[in-house]
Amino acid sequence: MADDFSDKKPSRRQFLAGAAALGAGSTAASSLSASDDDPLITEVQEWAQITGDGVDATPYGLPIEFEKDVVRRNVGWLTADTISSINFSPIHALDGTITPQGCAFERHHSGAIELRKEDYRLMINGLVDQELVFTYEDLERFPREQHVYFCECAANTGMEWAGAQLNGVQFTHGMIHNMEYTGVPLRTLLNEAGLNAAGDLKGKWIFVEGADASSNGRSIPMEKALDDVLVAFKANGEALRKEHGYPARLVVPGWEGNMWVKWLRRVEVLDKPVESREETSKYTDTLADGMSRKWTWAMDAKSVVTSPSPQSPISHGKGPLVISGLAWSGRGAITRVDVTIDGGENWYEARLAQPGTKMALTRFYLDIEWDGEEMFLQSRAHDETGYVQPTKEELREVRGLNSIYHNNCIQTWWIKSNGEAENVEIS
Amino acid sequence: MSKSRDLFTVAGIVVFGVLLIATNFADRFVTQLPQDAKIVSSDFDPDFRMIAAAEASAVGPRDGKFGLGRGATKREVAAWDGDISPDGTGLPMGSGDAINGEEVFAEHCAICHGDFAEGVDNWPELAGGLDTLADEDPVKTVGSYWPYLSTTWDYVKRSMPFGYAQSLSDDDVYAIVAYILYSNDIVDEDFILSNETFLDVEMPNKNGFIVDDRLTSESHFWNKKVCMSDCKSDVKITMRAAVLDVTPEDEKNEDSEDSAAVTTISNQVEEQSEALVEVVNLDSGLVEAGEKAFKKCKSCHQIGDGAKNKTGPHLNAIFGRKIGGIQGFKYSKIFKSMRDDGRVWDEESMTEFLASPKQYAKGTKMSFAGFKKEKDILSTIEYLKSFQSLN
Repeated sequence: MADDFSDKKPSRRQFLAGAAALGAGSTAASSLSASDDDPLITEVQEWAQITGDGVDATPYGLPIEFEKDVVRRNVGWLTADTISSINFSPIHALDGTITPQGCAFERHHSGAIELRKEDYRLMINGLVDQELVFTYEDLERFPREQHVYFCECAANTGMEWAGAQLNGVQFTHGMIHNMEYTGVPLRTLLNEAGLNAAGDLKGKWIFVEGADASSNGRSIPMEKALDDVLVAFKANGEALRKEHGYPARLVVPGWEGNMWVKWLRRVEVLDKPVESREETSKYTDTLADGMSRKWTWAMDAKSVVTSPSPQSPISHGKGPLVISGLAWSGRGAITRVDVTIDGGENWYEARLAQPGTKMALTRFYLDIEWDGEEMFLQSRAHDETGYVQPTKEELREVRGLNSIYHNNCIQTWWIKSNGEAENVEIS
Repeated sequence: MSKSRDLFTVAGIVVFGVLLIATNFADRFVTQLPQDAKIVSSDFDPDFRMIAAAEASAVGPRDGKFGLGRGATKREVAAWDGDISPDGTGLPMGSGDAINGEEVFAEHCAICHGDFAEGVDNWPELAGGLDTLADEDPVKTVGSYWPYLSTTWDYVKRSMPFGYAQSLSDDDVYAIVAYILYSNDIVDEDFILSNETFLDVEMPNKNGFIVDDRLTSESHFWNKKVCMSDCKSDVKITMRAAVLDVTPEDEKNEDSEDSAAVTTISNQVEEQSEALVEVVNLDSGLVEAGEKAFKKCKSCHQIGDGAKNKTGPHLNAIFGRKIGGIQGFKYSKIFKSMRDDGRVWDEESMTEFLASPKQYAKGTKMSFAGFKKEKDILSTIEYLKSFQSLN
């Protein structure tokens, strides 16, 4: 087989002919046009002679230094202070669907605290048969489940309501991560405390609260609490990171990230919602007439092209180009993604890397032959409930410009003929 | 063999137990789930769980319980269960009015929210903005936006002041909330807010909210027939992000700034050889302990390379600095008068200050009540000293 393969290598003569046909001035970096020997191949390189790091050089490995710009970034002018702030996942540089914990966005209301497993307590109280306290060790003794879910801040893309503002998909769409969680269903813990005291469970609520100084608390209807909510202690196979709520956080599939209470310390069963700050003064969506929507928990279906994009320009010139992006829905699985390269004149159905799964990121690709002309790239997600991602205009017609949260509009990247990209709005 | 069979038996019970829980709960929703809940939780399948229950009921007495955890004591529940509901459930006895509230607010809140609750820098404004919610730039404050008074009490009590949460007495919280209401012209200055008068207060925007109506008001986003070809003819750019230019600068620029800062610092170190000697003589264990103790300070005070004034002044090279001595920082009156008296931060004054800030500097806006442990004071001072060579 190896012999057959070597026969297919282009001969030196073919190379020369190819180069002549393209002309000396060609900037297309096609391998067929190479006329000089590549010293990376013809000269023995240092790494091919001397040895590299031994095992244990980094007992817990970090990405190689050449990837050091693939990190979370924040936008200084957004908040008064980094302690009550947010940063963004570098989705322009990631592929697949799983977000590594080390670059998964952070949102804190009073900073990321250090809470030891030994000091962790989870209280279940309120309308339960027996108010209980669990230790971390107790949590690990209940039957566990594993699920991949996205966690999206309700404010993701929130800076784009009034117009194209931030020039990079990390900043426009990076308040999202997608991890494989291991945890205990909340319903198991509620059952351990017993819900007979709550009577008819319809119309009942839980209030969940974190152990940090912000004491972030949210009310969640009992239906959701007993459905798919998890108390998670592992993400992507390892312990949660400090910034994501170590040792245990709430996972509320498909619903806005603020409800995924970190450092979870208390679950109270109630017959009414608490109407805490984070579900009245924040995370409510003001419409054009001044009325505001509350309890907008589910994240609408959404998608975005992650590359090419302003932070990930095309560097290789015309020819084969991989257009890649992410799609997700808080109401179920992604079933289809359409991509346009001409600003919506014509659309193509993108290839889903894997079938969509409920409340998790789906990776899509559209492989094209780029002619080197400018493009207006957009993507449009469809989910299993039949929802189709709206344009910015369609959203604005219903919600006005001041909703802040839940902006799931179609995003446009203007790809210029030199391969650079910019965040724009188009007619 | 017998060992593995036992294992399977146990596992079987556990699985049935979990299914039993699910059924038990599914059964207890006496009426059907609302349609929107169905869409949201589309894998909720009561029928499946019914079948599982029939099998599970044969297994045994566990009722899906694992016997894990322990009962919570009354004092434990009281210590953590502090949430307040719109109808006042959870409010402790107590009272306060705007007159004493103004003082408490000035002491604990004004440094971020302004003396008149108008907000400093990017910190939230708490007053004003009435009737602006339909404007181009709505001003959302407690007065103009918050629908329930309970939320303000609940949030101030559990989450404020920023950097020293859960430190206010119930009466102080009543007073602060009364002052916020007064700043919004909702109550008079002599109105006494208490657990008894709480429900007398009417919030201006109490009717300003509707429950999520996306399933109806945005039903046209569902099952839309999408156009795939020749959908439009003219595509023009209507807005560009580059014109606005608010995107953070790229990594390379930040790198060069950092290296410039490093150069400056090393120059300073050479110039201040005295300071350098001091740094060398530090007790590294104490510095490390101090770094931990300093967590109580760092939500307001920055220290280290590039430290800037935040809620509190930066603390680089604090020893030898005049008290209240950073130009342009908005100090409490007490610090201004100390500065005018020519007083300087040294180990003695810092020790006294850290033990009881409000006793040492009466009227300071700093919310921190002081370190209880002498060890924390010593280590914090050692930690501060490790930044003596920085400006």
